Amino acid sequence: MNFDFGRVALVLLFAIVPIGGIILGIRAPALRSRIPIMVGFLAGLVPIVSLYVPKNFISGPTGMSPRLDQWLIILAGFALLLGIVNVLQTSIRKITRREAGWPFAVVLLAGLFSTGSFGIHGAISGQGIGFLPDGSPTPFKYMADWFFLPLQSTIFSLLAFFMASAAFRAFRARNTEATILLVAAGLIMAGRVPLLELFALPFPGLQPAAAGASQFLGRTTEWIMDTPNGAAQSGIIIGAALGAASMAIRVILGIERGYLGLGKGE
Amino acid sequence: MPEGAVFDVRRAEPPAYDWQEVATVDPGVGRYVDASVQDGSVYRYEIRVRVAATPAGAETPGAAGTGLEPPTAAAAPAAMGAAVVSDPVASHDNWFRAARANSLVATVLFTVIILSSIAYARSGKNIFIRRIAGLNAVDEAIGRATELGKKVFYIPGSQSMDDIQTVASIAILGHVARATARYGTDLDVPNKDPLTFVSAREAVRSAYLSEGRPDLFREEMVNYVTYDQFAYTAAVSARMVREKPAAIFLIGYFFAESLILAETGQSTGAIQIAGQADPTQLPFFVATCDYTLIGEELYAAGAYLTREPVLLGSMRGQDIAKAILILIGISGIIAVSLGVQGIPEMLLTR
Repeated sequence: MNFDFGRVALVLLFAIVPIGGIILGIRAPALRSRIPIMVGFLAGLVPIVSLYVPKNFISGPTGMSPRLDQWLIILAGFALLLGIVNVLQTSIRKITRREAGWPFAVVLLAGLFSTGSFGIHGAISGQGIGFLPDGSPTPFKYMADWFFLPLQSTIFSLLAFFMASAAFRAFRARNTEATILLVAAGLIMAGRVPLLELFALPFPGLQPAAAGASQFLGRTTEWIMDTPNGAAQSGIIIGAALGAASMAIRVILGIERGYLGLGKGE
Repeated sequence: MPEGAVFDVRRAEPPAYDWQEVATVDPGVGRYVDASVQDGSVYRYEIRVRVAATPAGAETPGAAGTGLEPPTAAAAPAAMGAAVVSDPVASHDNWFRAARANSLVATVLFTVIILSSIAYARSGKNIFIRRIAGLNAVDEAIGRATELGKKVFYIPGSQSMDDIQTVASIAILGHVARATARYGTDLDVPNKDPLTFVSAREAVRSAYLSEGRPDLFREEMVNYVTYDQFAYTAAVSARMVREKPAAIFLIGYFFAESLILAETGQSTGAIQIAGQADPTQLPFFVATCDYTLIGEELYAAGAYLTREPVLLGSMRGQDIAKAILILIGISGIIAVSLGVQGIPEMLLTR
C-alpha cells in the first residue's frame, strides 16, 4: 500500500489538530479562539504553497490543495443541513404564531417537502430525477420544469424593467458628473442601436448619411467603452486585487478576525 | 530548413523501442515539454525533421497570373531527416516551479510591505485614511432605523466563504451587528450560501455577546433562505416590500440579483449602502443605492470602522504596493514604447 503523505498531513492538520484543540479548549477558553485562527492559517497556506511547489503530495490531482477544495464541498453539505433546519424552524414558528405573511411559510414548506420527497423517492426507487423509461418526466422533473423554471424566469425578466427605472434615475443631469454620464450613455445607446438607419428608411437620399453617422457613433461607442471605461475598470480591478491580497494576508496571519466573530478586528 | 519542414518528436520506453508519436513541432520552437509522462519511468526521445509530401499539381508560389507559369509540379514524397536519439531520461517532480519565481518574489515583497506597515502602525505613528462616505453612513443608517423602529437588512452577497469579498462582508456585518446590539435595533440577515449563513450567524452572535446584549440575539435574525439565485432574490425582495426596513446593506459578491434587490430596496424608501469589488455589478449599485463602497473600499471597511492600528497599517502597506505597481506600469509603458520587452516578460505569469 502506498503511503499518501498529502492525505495523512491533511487529516492531521485539519481534523486531528482541531479536534484536539476543541478538547483542550474545554478547559482553556483562550485556546478555543486560537484554533480557528490556526486552521485558517494552514488552510490559507496550503493553496499558496501549491502554487510554487509542484510536488504531487501538495499540488498533484490528489494532493492537499485539490483535496482541501473537496473538503469545502463536504463542509457546505453539512452547512446546508443546518440551513434546512433553520428554514423549518423559522417557517414553523411563523405559522404557529400566525405572524405576518404566515401563508407564504405554508407554501414554502409544501414546496420543500413535496420537492424533497419526490427527489428522495427518485433516488431510492432508482428512477432518478430526469425522465422515466417511457419518456415521461419524473414528478421531480415535472415540478422543476413546470413550476420552478417559469418562476425563475419571471424573476429574471424583472431585470429589464428595473434596468429602465435605474437608468431613468441615474441619467438625470443634476450635476456635472451626472451630465457627463448622461451624454456618454446617450452616445453609447445611439452607437449600439442603429436607430438613424431605421429613421432614414423612408428617405433613400438620407440613407448613406445615416449609415455614415451610425458607423461614426459605433466607433465612438467602442472608444468610450475601451478607453475611458476600460481605464476606470482597470483602476478598480488593480485596487480591488491589492485590497483582496492584503485582506487575505490579514486573514491568514490571524490579524483580521471579524469573519470569525472574534476580537475588535472586524 | 526546407519549406514545409517540421520536427517529429517520438518517445519509447527502453529496453523495447516501440516508438510512439508525442508531438509535431514547427521550426523555430526551441522547447517542447512532454507533460504526458509518468514520473520515475525511463524514456528515450527521438527527434527528426520531416518534410511534408507535395501533392501533384501544386503551383509554384508567386508565379500565378504572370503568363509565364512553369509546368505543373510532379508529386513529391515526404522526406525524413536523420533521427537524433536521446539518452534514457526519467522525470521527477520538482521542489520549486521556477517559472513562477516572479510571482513568489512579488508575494514575498507584498507580504513584507504589509507586515512592516503594521509594525509601523503599532509603533504609534499616525496613519491617514481618506474619508469614505459609504462607511461614514453606516452608523447614520442604523441610527435612522433605530429612530423609526424598523429593521436593518444585511445581505452578505450570494457567494460562499471561499470568496474574499464574502469574508470582508462578514467582517462588516460584525460591526453592523455591534451597532444594532448597542441601539437595540432589529437585524435581519437572509443568506443564500450555507457556509456564509453559518459564518454570519457566528459573527452576529459574537457581536451581541461582546456588546453585552445576548438577550437581544435571536436565532432567526440570521436565517437561511435557499441556494437558488432567483428564488433567493424573490424571497428577499418580498421581505423588503412587506417589512419595509429602514436600512439595507448589500455588501459582498452579487450577480444579476444585484439590480433587482437594490431597486426593490430603493422603492421601499430605505437608506441603502452597497459594496462590491467586482466592476460588473457596480454601476447598478451606484445608480440605485445611496452609498456604494467601490473596489478596495470594501476591504478597507474593517480598518476604517474600527481604527485598529494593525488594520490601518495594512492599508498603508496596500497603498505603498499600489504606488510600486503604478511605477512599474509607467516604466513598462515607456519600455514597450521604446521597443524593450524586458518588463512585460518579467511580469508574465506562467
